[in-house]
Amino acid sequence: MSDDGISRRQFVTAGGAAMVAGLAGCSSTDDGGDGGDGGGGNGATDTMSSADTVKIGVLEDQSGNFALNGTPKYRASMLAIEEINNDGGIGGRQIEPVTRDPQSDNQRYQELTREFINEEEVDALWAGYSSATREAIRPIINRNEQLYFYTTQYEGGVCDETTFAMGPTARQQLGSVLPYLREEFGEDIYIIAADYNFGQLSADWVRVLADENDANIVGEEFIPLSESSFGSVINNIQAAEPDFVMSMLVGANHASFYEQKASAGLDVPIGTSTAMAQGYEHKRLDAPALANVYAGVNYMEEVPTESNAGDGGLVDRYYEKYPDEGEYVNEEAETNYFSTYMYKEAVEQAGTVEQPEVIEALESGISLGTERAPEAPEGETIELDGATHHVDHHMWVMRADEQHNLEAITDRKIPEQFLSNTVGCDLREESEQTQYTPVDYFEEAQ
Amino acid sequence: MVNGLNLAFQFLDSFAFVVLAAAGLAVIFGIMGVINLAHGEFILFGAYATTKSVTDLGLPLPAAMVVASLLTAGFGVVVERTIISGFVPNWIGQRTVGRDLIEPLYDRLADSMVATFGLSLVMVQSARILFGNSIDTVGTPFGNVAYGAFSYSTYRLVLAGISILVLVAAYYLFTRTTFGTRVRATMQDEQTAKALGIDTERTYMLTFGIGSGLAGLTGALFAPVLSMQPTLGDQFLIEAFVAVVVGGPSVVLGTALSGGVLGAVSATVTNLTDSTTFGRIALLVAAILALRFLPGGITGLIERVRARRQEATDGD
Repeated sequence: MSDDGISRRQFVTAGGAAMVAGLAGCSSTDDGGDGGDGGGGNGATDTMSSADTVKIGVLEDQSGNFALNGTPKYRASMLAIEEINNDGGIGGRQIEPVTRDPQSDNQRYQELTREFINEEEVDALWAGYSSATREAIRPIINRNEQLYFYTTQYEGGVCDETTFAMGPTARQQLGSVLPYLREEFGEDIYIIAADYNFGQLSADWVRVLADENDANIVGEEFIPLSESSFGSVINNIQAAEPDFVMSMLVGANHASFYEQKASAGLDVPIGTSTAMAQGYEHKRLDAPALANVYAGVNYMEEVPTESNAGDGGLVDRYYEKYPDEGEYVNEEAETNYFSTYMYKEAVEQAGTVEQPEVIEALESGISLGTERAPEAPEGETIELDGATHHVDHHMWVMRADEQHNLEAITDRKIPEQFLSNTVGCDLREESEQTQYTPVDYFEEAQ
Repeated sequence: MVNGLNLAFQFLDSFAFVVLAAAGLAVIFGIMGVINLAHGEFILFGAYATTKSVTDLGLPLPAAMVVASLLTAGFGVVVERTIISGFVPNWIGQRTVGRDLIEPLYDRLADSMVATFGLSLVMVQSARILFGNSIDTVGTPFGNVAYGAFSYSTYRLVLAGISILVLVAAYYLFTRTTFGTRVRATMQDEQTAKALGIDTERTYMLTFGIGSGLAGLTGALFAPVLSMQPTLGDQFLIEAFVAVVVGGPSVVLGTALSGGVLGAVSATVTNLTDSTTFGRIALLVAAILALRFLPGGITGLIERVRARRQEATDGD
């Protein structure tokens, strides 16, 4: 039964993409005829096809390690593109999506990125789930000065002239949930984090934020990504007796932690930037594994805004297009969704798809939730900060209860602060391609 | 900080994980000489079958575990007939060594590695296509044992008990029954065994089925504590191979001993350093040292010592 569902869905998706491509092809010949510029040479066809459609490259994992997180990203992009096309396209031009499945493989990402830039000549590129992927393709993107949207929540600090990091940073996510837990439960924090770049940098941020909020770190542990037994970790937490735990565990193996801490009877509140919003553990694991987990996020399916959970909101429209059981509109899906709209705004402002001009328009500060642009599902208005290429997000603290029902506890706007206030990155003034880390700026991060 | 009970529980936990991860592989790799890189995916099969039986069919958890182990054993038999022995496409029907259209993969280490690696890719992707990127997990039963500031999941302790039972059952089956004797005879010298009237085809098939069933049982037992997704088998593979290789030629006993040694190393180091990473490193360093100094594994050393003693007494 589920077999049928999937093949039908894949057929429809493929058919839809083919139709869009077909339509784009038709309209380009039609317009060519109307315009009657009679050149007919190769050069003329080239400019015509690029003038008549907007070519968007989408590289998101639908198989391999990150399929769980990448599939909703891919689908949300397709949803946004379909909506924009049905609504008349970008400035009258239809969007032509170019997509391929990079299979969670960084080498394949690099090959496909080269192909999308050099052969497909995409006008804008959305690509990648993990920070490792982003860093693998960023040199290619820099060399080709390609407009690139990175749409995962991440550790922060990328100041790059053609890269737009649209997801919230660790400072934004942790900065929304840590102060709340400090206020609510006490000052002793135990950190558990995945043992790689993302986890280490996130832990640095927890230390910085702990310092800012008068909290102490009473213990800290980094856990290899392949680890799935957490007995000793749970004992260590119990020995340290923290008031709450900050967890930046990542991936499928680490998700076992929540089941195991529940069955071991560990009931300390847990703050996180990684659980629930991306891998929807509260849907996949049996209750009460996620009880008392607090996620600091810009978006989850359960965010109670009209444009998200209301009638005809993002969640409704997503499931209408992808009526799939066990599916979830994750944090990154929303970022892919609204960033496509931000790109549309920028192209219409610039009046062209030429990348330097679109980047200039993006840097002038695009916001959603104004009378021109739709409201972002995460809430009200959100703005792109032109100086840092990051987004001033609407951030929520979401709490799961014993039955895994979610409650939105606090919401507030949190701007990106590290690049703007601490580093002083201003890409409108100075071109850079650097990733900054908190260790260079904060003593307590060391 | 060292707490005796913590250390004991963590040792039982590591022991159960190593032993159960290696249980099926000990039979398929240790006895039959097939490097089964799809071992993790056999575990995945068992875990998914258990979870699906509970969530979709409404079976009680223990029944679901039995069903899942049997299903995995059946799946293993199919794999053995088609991929490993190549029996099915062979119209002659009977395998006679060296004369077949399709040479079986027994004792062809590199070849079995490639074939089973392919199988593992197919299985992971099939799970993804059939069931999506994740399925709901069933909760862990039994609650916890609390002692002072600490507590431990009771189910993890039950796992340790079951792992010992599995070892005892396997030891009995392969050393104390006629079937076990046939298996060892077939693996040692197939031609001679056949000449003596053993149906070696059947023996191969059943042994592989038993190995697969054990892997399925491991998946079934760990289904309530792991997050269900198509790559869940990965986390077992390395520990399983390390345990079998460190254990050495006497497979069942070796698995028990290496589970004990590796579990103790990993639990002690994790406990002393307060770091899971160091525990993992220590486990692998112990494996390197074992391979360097005990090329025959732990049971190889035991046999050598025994042989030397024998010589000494003979000399008298």
